Amino acid sequence: MSSWLDYTINGLIVGNLYALVAVGLALIFGVSRLINFAQGSIYVVGAYIGWVAVVQLRTPLAVTIVLVTVASALVGLIIERFGLRPLQNSARIAPLLATIGISFVLDQIVMLIFSPNPRALPSQLPDIRFQVGGGTIGLLDLLIAGVGISSALLLFVFLRFSKLGWAVRAAAQDRDAAMQMGVDVNRVNQVVFAIAAALGGLSGTLVGMYYNQIDTAMSLQATLKGVVAEVVGGAGNVPGAVAGGLLLGLVESYGVALFGTSYRNLFAFLLLIGVLVLRPNGLFASARQLPPEPLTGTFVAPSRPVRLPLWALLMAFAVFVLLPLFPVSSYVLQTLTNAWLFGMLALSLTLVAGTVGQVSLGHAALLAIGAYTSALLSVNLAFPVSVAIICGGLMSAALGTLLISPSFRLRGHYVSIATLAIGEIVSLVILNWEPVTRGPIGISGIPPLSLFGYDLIGAASIYWFCFVVMVLLALVQVRLLGSHIGRSFRAIRDDDVAARAYGLSLNRYKALAFIFGGFAAGVSGGIAAHLYSYINHETFNTQQSILALTIVILGGLGNVLGAIVGSVALVGLPEVFRIAAEYRILIYGIVLLLLVRFRPQGLLGTI
Amino acid sequence: MNVMSSATPLLQLTGINTFYGQAQVHFDLSVEVPRGHIVCLLGGNASGKSTTMKIILGLVRPRSGEVTFDGASMLGLTTPQIVRRGIASVPEARRLFADMSVRENILMGAFVRSDSAEVARDLERVLTLFPKLGQRLSQRAGSLSGGEQQMVAMARALMSRPRMIVMDEPTMGLSPLYVDRVLDLIRTINKDGVSIFMVEQNASLALEIAHEAYVLQTGRIVLSGPARMLKNDTRVRDAYLGGGGLATG
Amino acid sequence: MAQPAQLLSLRGLTRRFGGLTAVDAIDLDLAAGELVSIIGPNGAGKTTLFNLVTGLDRPDAGEVHLDGHPITGLSPEKLAGKAVARTFQLGRVFGNLSVMDNVLIGAHARLSAVKPDVPLIGPLLELGLALLRPASVTSEEEQLREEVRAILARFGDRLLPRIDQPAYSLSYANRRRVEIARALALKPRLLLLDEPTAGMNPSETEEMQALVAELKAEGLTILLIEHKLDMVMRLSDRIVVMDEGRKIAEGAGEEVRNDPKVIEAYLGHGLSRASADQREPAT
Repeated sequence: MSSWLDYTINGLIVGNLYALVAVGLALIFGVSRLINFAQGSIYVVGAYIGWVAVVQLRTPLAVTIVLVTVASALVGLIIERFGLRPLQNSARIAPLLATIGISFVLDQIVMLIFSPNPRALPSQLPDIRFQVGGGTIGLLDLLIAGVGISSALLLFVFLRFSKLGWAVRAAAQDRDAAMQMGVDVNRVNQVVFAIAAALGGLSGTLVGMYYNQIDTAMSLQATLKGVVAEVVGGAGNVPGAVAGGLLLGLVESYGVALFGTSYRNLFAFLLLIGVLVLRPNGLFASARQLPPEPLTGTFVAPSRPVRLPLWALLMAFAVFVLLPLFPVSSYVLQTLTNAWLFGMLALSLTLVAGTVGQVSLGHAALLAIGAYTSALLSVNLAFPVSVAIICGGLMSAALGTLLISPSFRLRGHYVSIATLAIGEIVSLVILNWEPVTRGPIGISGIPPLSLFGYDLIGAASIYWFCFVVMVLLALVQVRLLGSHIGRSFRAIRDDDVAARAYGLSLNRYKALAFIFGGFAAGVSGGIAAHLYSYINHETFNTQQSILALTIVILGGLGNVLGAIVGSVALVGLPEVFRIAAEYRILIYGIVLLLLVRFRPQGLLGTI
Repeated sequence: MNVMSSATPLLQLTGINTFYGQAQVHFDLSVEVPRGHIVCLLGGNASGKSTTMKIILGLVRPRSGEVTFDGASMLGLTTPQIVRRGIASVPEARRLFADMSVRENILMGAFVRSDSAEVARDLERVLTLFPKLGQRLSQRAGSLSGGEQQMVAMARALMSRPRMIVMDEPTMGLSPLYVDRVLDLIRTINKDGVSIFMVEQNASLALEIAHEAYVLQTGRIVLSGPARMLKNDTRVRDAYLGGGGLATG
Repeated sequence: MAQPAQLLSLRGLTRRFGGLTAVDAIDLDLAAGELVSIIGPNGAGKTTLFNLVTGLDRPDAGEVHLDGHPITGLSPEKLAGKAVARTFQLGRVFGNLSVMDNVLIGAHARLSAVKPDVPLIGPLLELGLALLRPASVTSEEEQLREEVRAILARFGDRLLPRIDQPAYSLSYANRRRVEIARALALKPRLLLLDEPTAGMNPSETEEMQALVAELKAEGLTILLIEHKLDMVMRLSDRIVVMDEGRKIAEGAGEEVRNDPKVIEAYLGHGLSRASADQREPAT
């Protein structure tokens, strides 16, 4: 039975670790107005470097710390120089996508080298604890506190008293004026990334020691927690990030004390959404100020879409319809079926992210809502499968839109952060709401696909079912895009200030986009549930959201045909070349990076 | 003071044509700053004055034309490189680093220098020119009044020991008291040998202290010459307010 | 003499940013059919004033009335529904949309067949109607497209041949014309133009000036911010001069041009005295 003091100490120590990540994010945002989605991946890289140092090289603690710090800083330098600097003059969306791609690639590289199984990371410190009031504090706690305080001091000294530190502060406040004083802004960006990466990587090692466990899945959570702390403290505000980190640690700790460990992350994400909606400037600034613009300029790369002639489309349609009649293996049909399911998700995302400009990173949550609704209706209430799937789509449309609606007032990178957090919240709720979702046990015995009472067994009939549904959704989407609503969507994406001036209600049209997109994604999830016959909270995850995003970028943002082509390419081709599953995600990340750098309008062009 | 200025002007813009996307902002602009002189570029809103500053500082590239400083071409250099050649800037609306102290702001002006002992001495010297700032050194720069901020911006510009200072509307938004102070300071700085290129909307003030002036109207130089001659020329007023011979129809 | 109805009425409109008062207790009346220009040096508060009138920003004090009804602080979307249209400094068109689509957006507030004014399920009805496209919806859309072509025809052959091209591919002057066309598609009662000729060469400026004169002749009420003062003199019924947030002069063209306060605001004192001296006979 731990005392409240123990919870407070625990909260402050963990908060300290969050603060290290958050300070890095704040520095980067301050100087380049960019939310570094790869921060959590650097954190993981740091953790594993620490593991190598402690377990394999058996270096003394001080050397471990130095090694992790320096190696992480190097990683940061490489990311800035090769991943981000070439994008200086690109469309606004490019750096956002680049850090997402980098994050993916880094995570996968670590996973390939070290395998996804969690490992222990011993702390190299004797297990002595000191009595403090009603609680205890251990040597590791003191180490973490020590690292936190000394990092803060070093950073303070650097920013206050060194020339380069002044350059960083000046560039964060007024880039042009800093240049006019002779500051080399490129160098400033490099230094800032190196520091942020060093802090992030060090935090990863320390967290690993604290919980005596590291694994590659930590990255997303680390990014989100870091962003929560940074946003709470005020974007770009370094002392605020420290305060935000400590506050987050305490909120989580007390939340766990009151409600149990499985709710830990839920509090973090709810805090994030609350702050973004009510106090986008953070808790320490006045509410009336305008939030800092997270990058300005054109959002999508302007391009002329590639128009395929009607006969080509009809031919392709015929080929895919007739395919099962030829002697092809069921493996090929299953792969393409998978492509059709991703195609539906990509249609949904290309509408929301491409046509309306809301780059949602939590789209897999819409799959999950659709899947669970359909599964539960057919298992618990014996709904016919087709009806259940449609209900899954409708529920996803309604509930998904409702959940994402807090992000409607946000702009730019904040939309992506909010949707990422909402996706995680949905996943957590599914895990914890056991009476309804059966929690970690999942739902099994989901009836197979059936149409008008006939079960669809056999790869061919399933293939046709999915293909037809996808084509129907695509046709309806094309019709929507050709209407005044499609026009309104794109106007909002291109310039929401001018759009408002001419009577377009942003909330109304963003909601419509998510309703329509939610339906498509929900149907896809529902079909998947009946195909897999078993689902749980891990079936639909962030990796699928990121794959969907890569598909959408490959096809061309907003391009319906592109979404389908992209799905076939990214789902189908790895199968054709028999690429092992672990390498696929790495390839998706690299594809995303290459697209962003060299062809942001994708294969068929943005619309 | 030598009445005839030395042969090559310190700064020369020749035949500058600038575009923002497809909108043309400068049409064959040519301007000179003789060594040790104060030169003003006058003009109303949307005349292209501020863009001229940006061209000199390397923040905007012209589509054609040449910019030379002390005989060497400046086109294609980055802003930090240009600053290191001896040009300092007092930007429009000051653009101080609001969250840094007054002292830090002034010292940022010396960013390109590495001789810290000399920099410290220069700080002392500069503060004798700006006595009021001595009491405010540790105050946050964003909390000062407009006039005080302008003092800081000018002090900052002096710290790099520039050969030329470019100023963008140094008297804008200032009370009459500070306007007088700013003009006095410009004269004092110039007497020390620093050339000044000043962009101004307030023609009468600028013409009080300038040696030469150019009048810019929608991207073209419509008048130029010694300041004392332009002071009494009604065409200056017409260039700003329209009417007279310059408009047609 | 009967007082003409005031279409737009500003009373004591004020906006402060920290210690700076950008707009200082401005009173202004605009009668239906008038063209009033707002001029003034940099930083005078002109665009901020526009933002306050069009709902992009909320005033700290003061009121705005349209046709007698209070509209202070209403959102830009609502004001579009009240037939108030504006253009933006430097122009804000929808880059990836065609010229036709850009101008069609201008008419968005007027859509009725496809946007039934039903609470709660209105958006869903709109979605359904957009997908089903019954005859009423398609004929409304067709009619709007005809109107757009008519509006574009006012610009001669500048925009019509490019009607399907994306706006980002147009020249700067054409993009600004598209912006005006978009504003006209709203069928405004009140049109606010923010520097419509900024960055245009003399011949483009002439064309724009002629268009604005045409619109005025058709009875449109216009509030104009401009720096090209000869254009302002020729078009305006009245000129309002702002400096440092305050109105320092108001009147007909020549009056304002010779007002020493105005000359001082633009040129600074000293020169105004010199000009005055020049007109006095030598003693």
